[in-house]
Amino acid sequence: MIDTAFLILIALAGGALAGGLFSGLDRILTARMQSRIGPPLWQPFYDVIKLWSKEKTVVNVWQAFCAYCYVAATSIALVLFFLRSDLLLILFVQAVGAVFLVVGALSSTSPFSQVGAHRELLQMLSYEPLLILVTIGIFLETGSFKIDRIYSWHQPLLMKLPFLFVVLGYALTIKLRKSPFDLSTSHHAHQELVKGLLTDYSGPYLALTEIGHWYEVVLLLGLCSLFWATSWMGMILIVLLTYFVEVLVDNVSARMNWRWMLGYVWAMGLTLSIVNLIWLSVG
Amino acid sequence: MIKWLVDKARTKSPWLLHYDCSSCNGCDIEILACLTPVYDIERFGIINVGNPMHADILLVTGTVNRRNRKVLLNLFDQMPDPKVVVAIGACALSGGIFRETYNVIGGVDKVIAVDVYVPGCPAKPEAIIDGVVLGLQKFRRKQAKEKSDAARDYLRQR
Repeated sequence: MIDTAFLILIALAGGALAGGLFSGLDRILTARMQSRIGPPLWQPFYDVIKLWSKEKTVVNVWQAFCAYCYVAATSIALVLFFLRSDLLLILFVQAVGAVFLVVGALSSTSPFSQVGAHRELLQMLSYEPLLILVTIGIFLETGSFKIDRIYSWHQPLLMKLPFLFVVLGYALTIKLRKSPFDLSTSHHAHQELVKGLLTDYSGPYLALTEIGHWYEVVLLLGLCSLFWATSWMGMILIVLLTYFVEVLVDNVSARMNWRWMLGYVWAMGLTLSIVNLIWLSVG
Repeated sequence: MIKWLVDKARTKSPWLLHYDCSSCNGCDIEILACLTPVYDIERFGIINVGNPMHADILLVTGTVNRRNRKVLLNLFDQMPDPKVVVAIGACALSGGIFRETYNVIGGVDKVIAVDVYVPGCPAKPEAIIDGVVLGLQKFRRKQAKEKSDAARDYLRQR
């Protein structure tokens, strides 16, 4: 009981801390790749604290409600991950959170918010099937959806599921809102989108969506760590390497449109998944 | 402790919004020059946002006329408190050479409360940076509850 409470606390505090630090690291790495110095590592925390201290303004009550639900759902998903629960359950809870963020954006009449919300829905349409396929691959290999069982598997999953790891990479790029998939909201798109999905969230509610985003990032990086779960060193390395590649991809690619995203991600993702699943069941 | 943290976070993360009220673009070019990657303002946590609802500091250039007065007021009202307004260039300060024109109301302070005035035609980048730094000090001291009433007073007079 005490252990469980302790784990929940670690998931909530550590998740936010790790997510913020990852975000800060991302901004520094991006700046270095563009021959700049970049902000301090703690910059995301300064941003969130400042947003928290600003005046509360909402477009309507539903928006505030949705922001709270988003943080609640993503933090519950992360807590479930730390408690080594069922992978499918975690993904469904995470999807509920993502939907609430979209509903919050749709509750305002701002065209930018609406466009961002619709694009976010298309992004979810792209990556949710892939996440389920990755989970199915993990199930076929280990015979369980339980993270407990997956972490104690005798060999790294990457050996058997290399293509599914790439597929998870696609989902991660979309979820991290990185180029070429940063369609719904992006710091660089204010000429055409203002801030897309997050346009009408402001002050403390924007801070909430940011914290929710950190939880999601940590959750997805946790999913990456499942692929080399035999040693701590392997887990840390695979997470850091994946994150570095994400930042690299973000910096070398342009923002594409949703048609391309849907076609490309489904074609590549489904093909790679099916090849890997056939390989698993034959081999 | 919390007060200290909030003060520090505010000075470390000012998000800028730039609005051009019919300026001749001289001042705008100087502002955008300050925002280019060459100077890497992200070092100081500054982000140039396109959304008034996320902004902390409003940079205004150019004279206010009867057309764009409403736009300026709208942007100002959409920014959550606390917020700081920096008027940049002779036109934004007083109307500049357009002061006597039939459609011009005057400087930005005829419509909204201005915290920092940066003179120049166009304002020098160094002066703009100085102005934003001064604005930051004011931003740190402002409380969330302190309403900027000047705009609403103006609306009532209208």
